[in-house]
Amino acid sequence: MTTVVHKDNLDVAEVTRSESSLRRFLHGLPGVDQVGAEARVATLGTRSIKTTAKAYALDLAIRMVDLTTLEGSDTPGKVRALANKAMRPDPADPTCPQVAAVCVYPDLVAVAKETLGKSGVKVAAVATAFPSGRAAMDIKLADTKDAVEAGADEIDMVIDRGAFLAGHYLSVFEEIAQTREACGDAHLKVIFETGELQTYDNVRRASWLAMMAGAHFIKTSTGKVQPAATLPVTLVMLEAVRDWHEATGQMVGVKPAGGIRTSKDAIKYLVMVNEICGEDWLDPDWFRFGASTLLNEILMQRTKMQTGRYSGPDYFTLD
Amino acid sequence: MTKFDYAPAPESRSIVDIKSSYGLFIDGEFVDGNGKSFKSISPSSEEVLAEISEASEGDVDRAVKAARRAYTRTWSRMSGRERGKYLFRIARIMQERSRELAVLESLDNGKPIRESRDVDVPLAAAHFFYYAGWADKLSYAGYGSDPKPLGVAGQVIPWNFPLLMLAWKIAPALACGNTVVLKPAETTPLTALLFAEICQQADLPPGVVNIITGAGDTGRALVTHGDVDKVAFTGSTDVGRMIAKSVAGTNKKVTLELGGKAANIVFDDAPVDQAVEGIVNGIFFNQGHVCCAGSRLLVQESVADEVLARLKRRMKTLRVGDPLDKNTDVGAINSAEQLAKIRELSDIGEAEGAGRWSPPCELPQNGFWFPPTIFTGVTQAHRIAREEIFGPVLSVLTFRTPKEAVEKANNTPFGLSAGVWTDKGSRILWMANELKAGVVWANTFNKFDPASPFGGYKESGYGREGGRHGLEGYLR
Amino acid sequence: MTRLEVKKTYKLYIGGDFPRSESGRTFEVADAKGRFLANLAKASRKDARDAVVAARKASPGWAGRTPYNRGQILYRVAEVMEGRRDQFIAELQQSEGVTVAKARTYLDAAIDRWVWYAGWCDKIAQVVGGANPVAAPYFNHSTPEPSGVIAVVAPQGPILGLVSVVAPLIATGNTCVVIASQQFPVPAITLAECLATADLPGGVVNLLTGDHAEIAPWLASHMDVNGIDLTGVTDPELARSLEEGSAENLKRVRRPAAEDLLETPALDRMTQFLETKTVWHPIGI
Repeated sequence: MTTVVHKDNLDVAEVTRSESSLRRFLHGLPGVDQVGAEARVATLGTRSIKTTAKAYALDLAIRMVDLTTLEGSDTPGKVRALANKAMRPDPADPTCPQVAAVCVYPDLVAVAKETLGKSGVKVAAVATAFPSGRAAMDIKLADTKDAVEAGADEIDMVIDRGAFLAGHYLSVFEEIAQTREACGDAHLKVIFETGELQTYDNVRRASWLAMMAGAHFIKTSTGKVQPAATLPVTLVMLEAVRDWHEATGQMVGVKPAGGIRTSKDAIKYLVMVNEICGEDWLDPDWFRFGASTLLNEILMQRTKMQTGRYSGPDYFTLD
Repeated sequence: MTKFDYAPAPESRSIVDIKSSYGLFIDGEFVDGNGKSFKSISPSSEEVLAEISEASEGDVDRAVKAARRAYTRTWSRMSGRERGKYLFRIARIMQERSRELAVLESLDNGKPIRESRDVDVPLAAAHFFYYAGWADKLSYAGYGSDPKPLGVAGQVIPWNFPLLMLAWKIAPALACGNTVVLKPAETTPLTALLFAEICQQADLPPGVVNIITGAGDTGRALVTHGDVDKVAFTGSTDVGRMIAKSVAGTNKKVTLELGGKAANIVFDDAPVDQAVEGIVNGIFFNQGHVCCAGSRLLVQESVADEVLARLKRRMKTLRVGDPLDKNTDVGAINSAEQLAKIRELSDIGEAEGAGRWSPPCELPQNGFWFPPTIFTGVTQAHRIAREEIFGPVLSVLTFRTPKEAVEKANNTPFGLSAGVWTDKGSRILWMANELKAGVVWANTFNKFDPASPFGGYKESGYGREGGRHGLEGYLR
Repeated sequence: MTRLEVKKTYKLYIGGDFPRSESGRTFEVADAKGRFLANLAKASRKDARDAVVAARKASPGWAGRTPYNRGQILYRVAEVMEGRRDQFIAELQQSEGVTVAKARTYLDAAIDRWVWYAGWCDKIAQVVGGANPVAAPYFNHSTPEPSGVIAVVAPQGPILGLVSVVAPLIATGNTCVVIASQQFPVPAITLAECLATADLPGGVVNLLTGDHAEIAPWLASHMDVNGIDLTGVTDPELARSLEEGSAENLKRVRRPAAEDLLETPALDRMTQFLETKTVWHPIGI
C-alpha cells in the first residue's frame, strides 16, 4: 500500500530509525508509471512560450545556470575565464543577468572564489569522490570540508549508487546526513546519477531519501553518465520536492544537469517547474541548470529576441 | 499577475479558407440542397462561420442513389488493391492538410488546437492509413474466405470528434468495398465538407463518398432509407434506440456506438501522479465531450482525501479559453444546447447535495463555456452518477474493496469503458475481467489507436470500430 | 397381460429444476399422425421472468468457468445424449413422423454439434481475440466475453435445431432462456434432462415450452436480457416487433434467416453474442 505522507504522519526520525523502517517507507511511496510520466512531459512540452513569456523565461534560465567545468584538464586559467563569463555572460549587453554559480572541482574553488569576489555568483564544488562516489567515507568528508574551507558556497555531492541499488538505503542516508553536517553553512546538492538508478521509482525513492537526510537541492546527474538529465526524471524530482513541501513546509531545490543544450529545452524545464511545483520554484534559489554549452545558446536566442535577427556563435564568448 | 505568464500563442486561422456557404457533396460534386439552410457557428465566439445546406428527404435519396450507382458500377468491382490505394491517398492528403483540418476543427467544434492537432487529425489520417492496408487482405481477416461488402452504408456521426468519427466510419466502409452517405452533426459540418474536397483531390470515383448535412430529420431520412444496407451511428443512446427500432424487420446491418458513464477506479497503491493525470485526461479531454469519458471517479476511501487534494491542485493549472491558443487545455462547450444540459445536470447535482468545486478560472464573455468541475460526496443514487453529462464534470465516489469497486462500476446500463489504477498486476487483470466495458484502460485513460477495437457493452451499443474487428460491421 | 407404460410428465426446465408452469396451464401436443402425445407445460410470462432470473444468476459462474471446463461439460452432453439415442430417435419419429434413417441423421448431427462446440470453448478466444499492434508503448489486447443472458426462440427442428442455437451460446459462456419449438417440444425436454445430468450448472440453459407469440415479447422487452436470437420466429411481423421491443435496452439481435443446419456452422452463432473487450496497459520499467 502506498505511504500517504501528511504533515501529521511524516516522522523522519522514526522512518530512518532502521534499515527496515526506511526501506518500508521508501518502497511504500507511490509508484511512477513510466509511460504516463513521459506522456505528461510530452504534453507540457507542447506549451508554446512566445514574446514576453519567452523573454522572461530566457533571462530566468540564465540566472539559473550553474556554469560548469569538470574536466581533468581544468586549470586556474580556465576557471578564471569561466568565472568572468558567469558574471558577464554577454559583455555587449549590460542588461543580461549573471548566472547562479560556477561549478568546479574542490581544488579550484579558491580560484573561482577569488575571481567572483562579491559579484553574488556562487561557487559550487563537486565532492565526495565525484563522479563515481567510490571512496571511504572519511575521504568523502575530507573532500567536502576542503571545498567548504576553500570558500565553496555549495557542495554538489554524489551518492553511492552501488549502496542504493543494493538496498542499503540507511548507509546512503547516513552518507548524505554526514556530508550535510560537513557542509556547515554551505548548501548541499545531492546528485543521484539518475542514469544509473534507471527507474523513476528509484528516482522518487532517492529524492525522498535525500530530502530526509537534509539536502537543500536534489540533482539529476554528474554529466559523466548517459543519459544525464531528462525531462521525465526532473518531473519525478519536482513532484518529490512538491510533495515534501506539502508534508513538511520546507522547500527543496532541483537541479537537472547534463545534456540540456538548447534554450527550447530550458524553457520546457521552466514550464514544468511552473506547472508542477508552482511559481515559488521559479527562482535560482530553487531551480538550477547544470550546464556548460547551454548558456551561449540562450544568449543567442536572447539576442534574436532583442534584435529581430538570428545571431551566430562568433558573437558570444567561448569560455 | 503570475511570474511566468504565458503570452497568447494563437494558431493562425489564415490557413483555412472557409466559404460563406456550402452545398451537399453528392456524386463527387457540391450541389445545392433543397432544404432550408442553417448556420454553423464557432462555439468559442458565436461567430457565424458558414451557411450550411440542409439535405431534404429528396436530397438524401439523391445521395443514396449516387452511392448505389457508385457501388454497383465502380467500387464493388474494383480490386481491393486499387481501393486501398485510394484510401492511402486520402490518408496522405489528410496528413498534408493536417494543420488546416486542425484549425478548422477547433474553430467549428471549440476543442483546443493542441488536441485537434495532436489527437484528432493524426488519428483520423492514421485510421485511413490502417484500413487502406486491409482493402486487399480481407480474406485473411477471419470473416470467411471471400467476404463481400454490404452495399451502401448510411452513417451518422456526432459533434465531439467530427473528423475522427468520420474516419472511423468511412475508412473501414470503403476498405471493405461499400460506398457511403455520411451525415456530420449539424453543429460541426465543416471538416466533413473539407474532407469532401480531399476526396476530390484524391480523384475518388464520384458517389463513393457522399456528405450530406442537416439535423435529426436528415439523419432519420438516411437511416430509414430503403436502399441503405448498413447503418452506422455514433451518438446518444436515445437516438441509438430509435435507430435500432427503425431498422427492425429490415436486412440492414447496424453498428451503434452510444453513451457511457465510465468508472475511473483509483486504488490506494496507484501510481498517484499518473492517476491524477488520468483522471484529468479522462474527464477534461475534449471538454468531457467524450462518450468514453471517465465521468465517475471511484477512489478508494483510504486515499480519497489525498487523491482529491492532488486532483484539485492539478485542476488549478488547467488553462481554459481560446481553442486556437496552443496553450489551451480546455476549450468551449460545443453548443448552447449542450451547455444548458451540462448546467442543468450540474444544478441537479448541487441540489441533490453533492459538493461542487471548480478552480478559479476566468471564462470568456462570448461563446459557450463551462469550468472544469468536480462533485464530491456523490453516491450511486445521485443523478450525476448515472446520467451522461457529456461535459467537463466529474462525479467522485468512494469504495472500500475491489469487489465494491467492480459492483459500483458495473452498476449502470452503460458499458463503454473503464479505467483502473493500481500497481498490482494481478488486480489489474482481475478488474479487467470483471468490468463490463468494451475498453478497459489500466494505468492509462482515453487512449485510441486505429488497430484497437472500440465499442460498448449493454446500452453503450454494439459492434466494434477499429482494428480487424472493425471490418465485421461492413462485410457479409 | 401387457404392462401399462409409465408416461412422463413434461415440465419446464428452469434454474436446473423441472417445475410445472406457475400458471398451471398445459397444452396438448399431438404426434405426427395427429394422435395425442402428451400434455406439455404452457409457460407464462412469469415463467419467462423466473427463467431470466435463473439465467442471470447462473451467468457469472458459467462465464467464469475455465473454457476447458465448459468444453468438458459440452462434451459430456454429447456423451449423455449418445446414451439416449433410442429414446431420441423414437421421439423424433413420433413427433415429426420422419423415418428412422432421417431421425438418425439429425440426431447424429446434433450430438456431433455438441462435440464441435465443445472443442470451440477453449479456442474461440484465440481466433477472434488477440494482440492489437498499437502505435505507442502499450500492451493492447482484445478478448471476447459473453454478452450475458440471451433469449432464444428455437427453430422447429426439435433436436438439431435446438442444439444448433443453444450449444454456441453456452460454449462461449452465455446463459440462455430458450423457447423450444412450438410444434415439436417433446424432444426438447428430453434434451433438458440430458443437460441436467451432464454437470451443466442449473440456470445456464432454461427451457420453456409454449406459445412463441405469447412468451417471446416478454423476453424481447425484458431489460435484464442482453441478446435475443430470433431464429425460430417464422412470422415476419412477430420478428419485426420482437426486434423493435429489443431496442429498448439495445439487445444484440439475431434475425431469422434460412440456414442448412446439417452444414458445418460458421462462427457467427458464437460471435453474435460475444462482446470484444480491449485492455490497454502501458509498457515501462
